[in-house]
Amino acid sequence: MLVSRIKRQLQVIIPVVFLFLILGLASTVFNRYIIHIITLAGIFIIATVSLNLTNGYSGLFSLGHAGFMAVGAYTSTLLTFPVELRKAYDLLLLPRILGGPNYQWPFLPAVLVAGLLSGLVAVLVGAPVLRLRGHYLAVASLGFMVIVETLAINLRWLTRGSIGINAIPHYTNLWWSYAWVVVTLYVIWRIVHSSYGRAMMAIRDDEIAAQVQGINPFKYRLLSFAIGAFFAGVAGALYAHLTRAIMPYVFSFGLTFQIVIMLVIGGAGTMVGPVIGATLLVAFKYAMKPLEESLRLYGFTELIYAALLILMMIKRPKGIVSGERQLLIANKAGLYLRKAMHSLRLDK
Amino acid sequence: MFTAGYISQQALNGVVLGSMYALLALGMTVIYGILRLINFAHGALITLGAFCFYLCLTLLGLPFIAAIGLVMGFGALMGLVLNAAAYKKIRGGPEVSLLITSLGFYIFIENLMKLIASPQPYAFRPPVFLSQLNKVGTVTFRTIDIFIILFSLAIMALFTAFVKKTKLGIAMRATAESIETARLVGINVDRVIAIAFILGSAIASITGFMWGAKYGQISYDMGFMAGVKAFVAIVVGGVGSIPGAMLGGFILGMVEILSIGFLPPGFAAYRDGIVFAILILVLLLRPSGIMGRKEEVHV
Repeated sequence: MLVSRIKRQLQVIIPVVFLFLILGLASTVFNRYIIHIITLAGIFIIATVSLNLTNGYSGLFSLGHAGFMAVGAYTSTLLTFPVELRKAYDLLLLPRILGGPNYQWPFLPAVLVAGLLSGLVAVLVGAPVLRLRGHYLAVASLGFMVIVETLAINLRWLTRGSIGINAIPHYTNLWWSYAWVVVTLYVIWRIVHSSYGRAMMAIRDDEIAAQVQGINPFKYRLLSFAIGAFFAGVAGALYAHLTRAIMPYVFSFGLTFQIVIMLVIGGAGTMVGPVIGATLLVAFKYAMKPLEESLRLYGFTELIYAALLILMMIKRPKGIVSGERQLLIANKAGLYLRKAMHSLRLDK
Repeated sequence: MFTAGYISQQALNGVVLGSMYALLALGMTVIYGILRLINFAHGALITLGAFCFYLCLTLLGLPFIAAIGLVMGFGALMGLVLNAAAYKKIRGGPEVSLLITSLGFYIFIENLMKLIASPQPYAFRPPVFLSQLNKVGTVTFRTIDIFIILFSLAIMALFTAFVKKTKLGIAMRATAESIETARLVGINVDRVIAIAFILGSAIASITGFMWGAKYGQISYDMGFMAGVKAFVAIVVGGVGSIPGAMLGGFILGMVEILSIGFLPPGFAAYRDGIVFAILILVLLLRPSGIMGRKEEVHV
């Protein structure tokens, strides 16, 4: 019993250790620019994997992810902004309940609060909106995103409006980013393989059949929406502390669609798909950038990107990793892992 | 501040914006009704139409009527091309891949325009006879305002007649009910869908001209928000209902102008937020829109 539990935990721990070994190697080999891109890819992985819970596993078509990222980014920024710069930047001092005017939050709690606030907003927005389905929900969640953006532009006393906030403390590095990637993947993986996840997938596949089984669709929808939003908020906070400058228009249609596209290209409703989708598209974007700048054809990257997207939808509408493929990959990975454990004599 | 003149002035602006939304919604709802596709590429056709008109009239110096005809022809062709290039092949697959494809088309066309026409907005001058200022009572308007309203109403009337009376229009409605059944009774579904794209795209491109003429400038990204709001208009009016889409367009245009014109000055910047807040409100009160039929869930 104990041995099998340890074995199961090793199956999680070994890939994680492996990932961090690779990252450690990368951080010594590559220059700062490439490290920045890898860190950014981690943030997009968090966003895409969390969107996968709502859009892939629960069958809710949400387009509001950028809105939740905005909530997270602004929350964490406002909490951690250096006290001595607040006056120069016209930002409010923290009220007493949040630590008082002379308090500057450390990174981790600020990110957690950012995620929690996003989740809370998701519950408040989701409670009425999640009664809608299909494209109605898509438009309503897009509407939520537009409303968040409008508020971020207009609540100048809080967000400095469309100029945005810069000089945000630079906290996010490779390790923070990928630690959160691991947490996100682990939590989503555990949810998907629990009774909660099975209920979500049952609702996705046939709502009425799920109801007949005694599953309350609304409860599970709200749960997946809120958890997705929590990690979106975390991703937003990490993003703010990586790029060190946020503006309302960053968290708009472009970002939302980018994440949705990453998910669909990678393969919605699979564990590996969103990771691959996010990594590939970030890599593609930054690989194309030097070409675009040397040719002075601005917009060229997006042009090719869009053409590939359409081609992909014609050839492989379910994404790179579809359900059946994922099983194949998982089996293979499991096989190699077992072999590795066997050769290290860990399975005894 | 709120004199009768001011109010009627704003109402006129609302009707003008509303007619443009209604036209866009008209083309979009036909496509949505058949394919369940939120066609983001519809927004790109607004941009293409506006730039095509700019090319014809300002750069080539063609007469106005010829330019209008060319713009509509070009829009129709683009609709046909988009349908044949991708939508036709993806039909029947997951709904989300259609949506992503239309998004792909939008991104493609927007960036193509950015490459060809530069990211700077262009000043857009309608022909002289359309930019004339008129004054009736206390209301001042340009001829273009009246042109937009009348032209839109004419298109809407023609389109409604087409859908109601002609054989092709009836086939289109039948296809929207059910593609399978329509095919069973001998309707050439491919042709009907192609025609829906042609008509919708031609109307969208002509709306591009109106948009440019009304607001005096065109840019590579002008179509996006208009396209998204046209979809909002469809949902507000009731998905699948053509009169609903037009009504939704007018309501949206009115609300947008009134929220600029009558709320305290600080609120004008909230216009997009207000539009979407109303959308969410309508959806919550009447999930199937104002004129939409209730969607039945079958077991």
